[in-house]
Amino acid sequence: MASVPAVLRSEWTKIRTVASTVWTLAGALVVTVAVGAGLSALMRAQFDNLPEFERATFDPTVISFSGMVLGQLAMVVFGVLVVGTEYGSGMIRTSLAAVPQRATFLFGKVTVAGLLALAVGLVTSFLSFFVGQALLGEHRTSIGEENVLRAVIGGGLYMGLMAVFSMGVAAMLRSSMLSLGILVPFFFLVSQILSAVPGAKEVARYFPDQAGSKIMQVVPNAMGQDPAPYGPWGGLGIMLLWVAAALAGGYVVLKKRDA
Amino acid sequence: MIEAVRLTKRYGAKTAVDDLSFQVRPGVVTGFLGPNGSGKSTTMRMILGLDRPTSGRVTIGGHPFRELPNAPRQVGALLDARAVHGGRTARSHLLALAQLAGIPARRVDEVLGVVGLQDVARRRSKGFSLGMGQRLGIAAALLGDPQVLLFDEPVNGLDPEGILWVRNLMKALAAEGRTVFVSSHLMSEMALTADHLVVIGRGRLLADMSVREFIATNSAGFARVRTPAGEPEQREKLVAALTGAGGFVLSEPDGALRVTGLPLPRVSDLAHDAGVRLWELSPHQASLEEAYMRMTQTAVDYRSTDDRLAELGPVPEQPPVVPDVPLEGWYAPPPPAPVPVPAPAAPPVPAGAAAAPAASGGPADADRAGGGGPQQSRTHESSTEDAR
Repeated sequence: MASVPAVLRSEWTKIRTVASTVWTLAGALVVTVAVGAGLSALMRAQFDNLPEFERATFDPTVISFSGMVLGQLAMVVFGVLVVGTEYGSGMIRTSLAAVPQRATFLFGKVTVAGLLALAVGLVTSFLSFFVGQALLGEHRTSIGEENVLRAVIGGGLYMGLMAVFSMGVAAMLRSSMLSLGILVPFFFLVSQILSAVPGAKEVARYFPDQAGSKIMQVVPNAMGQDPAPYGPWGGLGIMLLWVAAALAGGYVVLKKRDA
Repeated sequence: MIEAVRLTKRYGAKTAVDDLSFQVRPGVVTGFLGPNGSGKSTTMRMILGLDRPTSGRVTIGGHPFRELPNAPRQVGALLDARAVHGGRTARSHLLALAQLAGIPARRVDEVLGVVGLQDVARRRSKGFSLGMGQRLGIAAALLGDPQVLLFDEPVNGLDPEGILWVRNLMKALAAEGRTVFVSSHLMSEMALTADHLVVIGRGRLLADMSVREFIATNSAGFARVRTPAGEPEQREKLVAALTGAGGFVLSEPDGALRVTGLPLPRVSDLAHDAGVRLWELSPHQASLEEAYMRMTQTAVDYRSTDDRLAELGPVPEQPPVVPDVPLEGWYAPPPPAPVPVPAPAAPPVPAGAAAAPAASGGPADADRAGGGGPQQSRTHESSTEDAR
């Protein structure tokens, strides 16, 4: 049996030897930090024009993370490509001929890629926070304030989990194009639109991105947002359930279907 | 040792592999032969545990592939040369595979040398030609120095020198006592490479025998009979007489008749009784390729057409045949120019390689084996030494 350390080492070699890893992860970092910085600077300039209640519940932490709506898409692409290119290239047959144990193969791959995504996510999150706060001027908060550190670490967890969720979906669909075609519009459009539609938003708040992003809020129900029936950790728990379901689905597909 | 027992694979209503049982023994090259779409690759994938059989089983050394401990050290496979992430370099690709089995990185450079890719080791495989891709796939198969090797169409896209290299490599691997299972749809290539043949058509076993046996059984002799030109009624009379006596008559492009199922003296007697003069009556041996095509074609006809068409026989389907061209390598090159460097008197070709010219009987092949042999065998020997 191919041992777990051997699979982890091999998957690490696979990940670091393709250019798409660098591009997607660097993209996630740069886009998140840049957009977050831009919006933070804008907020500082426009703060006095905000409605009263928004100023009262202003959440500087969330503002500095506003780039994640875009940056998470790069994480999704990273997660999808890590799994999807195995199918697209046919490499999956070579891989499975070398590691006949499906669980060792899939979870070894997800572990390596997930940890890498988590590391990049944490760097992104801290960088976004500090850059954003610096640009918010007198409206800023600091990492020492209550719940802020939780939100910043949570931002990193959120990005890592987004990547892992995408890996599970790609393992289920066995295709990069199909997975991206579903996930990108879903997170960028469907989820965002439904969360603004009365009636639909009660469902949408249980979507992985909506629930998971609660962890990044410091001020509850900040800036006119609807109260959610779960707290920050509850939201992350809901996201974890989605991730677990996607991975379980991916594993079943890998196990049952011919490669 | 690979053993398939009543292996069956269905995709919906289509049966890709049908009740297939065979054994692949160590120490010889076993050719796995069948037309395109006959189920060869599906069988290969089932051996490697990639596809699950609908029924039956296939084991390697008594174990199903998925239960083998450290599979890459026991089984090496080339399934699809394109099954590589194009953005990764040849060396990184092999390194990732080596790490799976705990094979040191040093071995990666060795196999790159064995397959002759050392100069492009750090180039992305996206830019590789089909032949380079095949070499990379073969390198991956050799990585773990396995006792069982599977190659699916390994000579696809290779140039004549590459084909000869693969042929000698297969034989050398088998000579070391390994189990070598090579698929191909080219009878002539297998006749030169393999010692044993497993032939399938439409997923069914058609033959499981040694190459020598296959040639003896299947390249059945026939008689060529020629009646006087310009007298078609003579020809018709003879055809009627021969068919009436139980012979099977085919028409050759130049008007001669090809008769099977009747011995030569009987053909002569029948012609005499019918009062037909003969311009030619000669014994011939059908080529192996024809025998193979006839065999697989029947298997196809069995299952795909109704009786009315089957009565017509395989004649119209067959391309024009040139019966007395001796069997050669499938690439059928022009005769090679005289080799400027004289080949060593006794090239140290491994035992198997010496069989190549014997099987083909073609002088062109003998030249090639002699010229290419020493160099090829040297590279391979170095690999096996390193492996130990």
